[in-house]
Amino acid sequence: MNETAVKRRAVAQPKRLSELKSVGRSVERIDGLEKVMGAARYVDDLDFGPNLLHAEIVESPYAHARIKSIDTREAAKVPGVVKVVTGKDFPYQFGLYMKDRYIFAQDKVRFVGEQVAAVIARDPKAAMRAAKKVKVVYEELPPVLDTAMALKGRPELIHPGLGDYQHVPWFFPKARTNIAHWRKTRKGDVAEGFSKADVVFEDTYTVPRYAHCAIETHVIVGLHDLSGRLTLWSASQSPFTQRHLFAEALAPLGLSHKDVRVVTPYVGGGFGGKAGVSMEILGAALATAVRGNPVKVRWSREQEFYNTYQRQGLTARIKLGVKKDGTFTAMEHVLHWDAGAYVEYGANVVNAVGLSATGPYRIPHVSIDSLCVYTNLPPGGPYRGFGYSEFHFGLESHVDRIAKKLGMDPVELRRKNAIREGDTLAYGAHMNPNGLQEAIDKVSVEIGWGREEHSPDPSKVIGKGFSLMWKAPAMPPNAASAAFLKFNEDGSLNIMVSGMEIGQGYLTVMAQIASEVLAVPVEKIRVETPDTDRNAYEWQTVGSHVTWACGNAVKKAALEAREKIFDLVQRVTCLEKDTLYLEDEAVKCKTDPGFVRPFKDFVISGIMAPDGTWKGGPIMGSGMYMPEFTSATGDPETSQGGHPNVHYTVGAAAAAVEIDKETGKMRILKSVLAVDAGKAINPELVNGQIVGGMVQGLATVLYEDMRFDEKGRLLNPNFTDYKIPTAMDVPDEMVPIIIETPQPDGPFGARGVGEHTMIPMASMVANAVEDALGLRIKSMPITAEKVALALKDKH
Amino acid sequence: MATTSHRISLKLNGEGHTLEVESNDLLLDVLREKLGTKSPKIGCERGDCGACTVLLDGKTVRSCLILAVEADGREVTTVEGLGKDGPTALQKSFLKHNSFQCGYCAPGIVLAGHELLAKNPAPNEEEVKEALAGNLCRCTGYEPIVRAVLDVRKGKGRRKGK
Repeated sequence: MNETAVKRRAVAQPKRLSELKSVGRSVERIDGLEKVMGAARYVDDLDFGPNLLHAEIVESPYAHARIKSIDTREAAKVPGVVKVVTGKDFPYQFGLYMKDRYIFAQDKVRFVGEQVAAVIARDPKAAMRAAKKVKVVYEELPPVLDTAMALKGRPELIHPGLGDYQHVPWFFPKARTNIAHWRKTRKGDVAEGFSKADVVFEDTYTVPRYAHCAIETHVIVGLHDLSGRLTLWSASQSPFTQRHLFAEALAPLGLSHKDVRVVTPYVGGGFGGKAGVSMEILGAALATAVRGNPVKVRWSREQEFYNTYQRQGLTARIKLGVKKDGTFTAMEHVLHWDAGAYVEYGANVVNAVGLSATGPYRIPHVSIDSLCVYTNLPPGGPYRGFGYSEFHFGLESHVDRIAKKLGMDPVELRRKNAIREGDTLAYGAHMNPNGLQEAIDKVSVEIGWGREEHSPDPSKVIGKGFSLMWKAPAMPPNAASAAFLKFNEDGSLNIMVSGMEIGQGYLTVMAQIASEVLAVPVEKIRVETPDTDRNAYEWQTVGSHVTWACGNAVKKAALEAREKIFDLVQRVTCLEKDTLYLEDEAVKCKTDPGFVRPFKDFVISGIMAPDGTWKGGPIMGSGMYMPEFTSATGDPETSQGGHPNVHYTVGAAAAAVEIDKETGKMRILKSVLAVDAGKAINPELVNGQIVGGMVQGLATVLYEDMRFDEKGRLLNPNFTDYKIPTAMDVPDEMVPIIIETPQPDGPFGARGVGEHTMIPMASMVANAVEDALGLRIKSMPITAEKVALALKDKH
Repeated sequence: MATTSHRISLKLNGEGHTLEVESNDLLLDVLREKLGTKSPKIGCERGDCGACTVLLDGKTVRSCLILAVEADGREVTTVEGLGKDGPTALQKSFLKHNSFQCGYCAPGIVLAGHELLAKNPAPNEEEVKEALAGNLCRCTGYEPIVRAVLDVRKGKGRRKGK
């Protein structure tokens, strides 16, 4: 066996450490000790005392049915039951981008597992017993289980009321169809582009649904106290968005935003699954049904699979035109998304891809149609990558295949067409500075591109695959971040922000940014997890945007605090403000080297003036950031005219894969990924995102896959049947590479990288399989079984 | 559905406890709800994920698959007990290597690593991976976890692997 050591090559990274003291250093995570000591508290670890009630949800056994009647009388009689509620008690709709979802099913159910009623009891066992006694009579309707069925001539309508739903202005639902949103992007003239091409190639690729599989399931505890205050302790990526949606949905009960409080301690993994509001609405609603008592709703692992967000399925048809020299001339990309029963969040995944489905290429003529299609499967929604992993599978497979048709090296073809700074994007805006060429170069070298490798075992072959990737944060044009920070008596700092530490290292990075500006060491900075009463606003922790956006807010807050310090010192000492600077937890002066005023001497109680009076007071800072250059006003027919995305993060990946020709079993010998972080505030944390994302992405192509039966029931809602990687399932070697092409509007040049590291994995493996075996597999996952069967067909 | 109450005595992190449990109470729930020990986490409730791992008489078990009555007269150790006198060398190594992200799997993995090193102070990489294979982590790709365990084994610096 080869040496299987997990190698972490220290790839040379540009450093300007002479200028920067905290930023750019791999400091230890500030939440690390709590986590290794078992001290970190997650929602389910909080104690609520003997009054805590437990809710059990009554779920639909049908994918599509009308509710004829619900009889809760027997359930209510079970000892320990406090209350039984149904949709009649909460006839309210909610949703992030489109209000198409219901707290409880109203007249009909739209997926297997949908919440129909709830039992609240003094202990979980009683709640479970009683939930089984709620009698619901259904009239089954034909289920619509895939996009083809949903789009055919006269389909069964899943949302007959679609035309009346409220939604953001950049969605275009088609009333009396199952199309919840249709994003069209048109640039140039594709007919002309294809006429200029020497090769035009078209094919279809399919991607199934996937589950996030955070190890902590969704959980929320709600308390509507007797004064009318509603507090939620929620395992969430989106405390402020939750507060807003809870307040909106429950407004008929007289709640105002100021009376709703969302507290989010540590979260046991998010990956997009805990963004927005899914099951958490139940905790908020049920709390109002049992005022004065806290009530907990915790998803079982099964519920976690079928009633949170799932990654949407995709069928994508790509047509690409290319000249003999490899220049892309035109692309037509039609994407049908299996978005599930409710698309209040998922439709924005569809939207994001509809703007960016060219991938990181310069293409003069583009036509993209991205359709959000209702089906009677569980609601689709955000999952690390936000649609980009899905479309990159087809796109980057297709680019390899067209290279083969041209007789051109696939990396050369990519290099030739790779997008560059200033290029016009499909919707008319311009590409940001990026290191895509550098990423291609470094990954090619690291994987030994062009060098054939042979397995010592004659029954095995080795193939190499390459893939590019890009992704922009998908956010409304007015998504905002804010930060407060305050000094303590000893010169230490507390920062109150509302991005979530979902594992990426956000708290540490915010501390590093403040540390850099205020010359306070990271060990003396505490960054609090969110509480909407006390911490500053953050839209959501999604889209890999918090390092960039919230980082800007923290930097501004730190600069404001620094300004207050300079003002105070100037006022008391008469030293000129612009001669002052901060270093080693003190104010110093360029013109008076003897002047040193440690923070701990004045940041709370001020400075004594010569006359014995005291000036100043507790030093605090606040900052806000919103990308004021963005807009979502593009033309509905072409998407031209707006500036919907802030910037793209780009990268490249490659793998060497060893495949058993008999069994199809694959082993990833080496996986390399380069991502342009702009500036890695903490390189080790970026490496963590690369390695973790690679493994999560590889699992989607090698074995993960949600399976549904002909009635729309999920067949594998557990870790035995939906296998996620274990320590035994990682590549032999993983090489993270950080590129740093500064983002002009990022804090110290940083941009996000969290999602991107999954995106190129599936196409990279598909391309390696073709390289090794001459087989092209166009549907995910590419399991050993699929490869073995394809090999058998070939021979 | 009738259950019966049992009086059990167990040692948890070095301290004796006597308490009433139902015959169908899981050790996990009793640790968390009756004894206030929250580091063993609920992840799947069927033994797949390892988040609820505890040491029972020094051996890792899934506390979601063990009835509380089975722990009668035995000794249970959780991460709270392991680090009572400050972080162990393994815990320090996990910290140094940025081994955890969300941290939800950490208590189980710390105990699995601890058990491995107690049995086999100088494991090779395959042995480490095998010992951790029952503990799922969705964030890290395992690499920084494996690296941290290898970093504290006895006689490190010798060739990795066999």
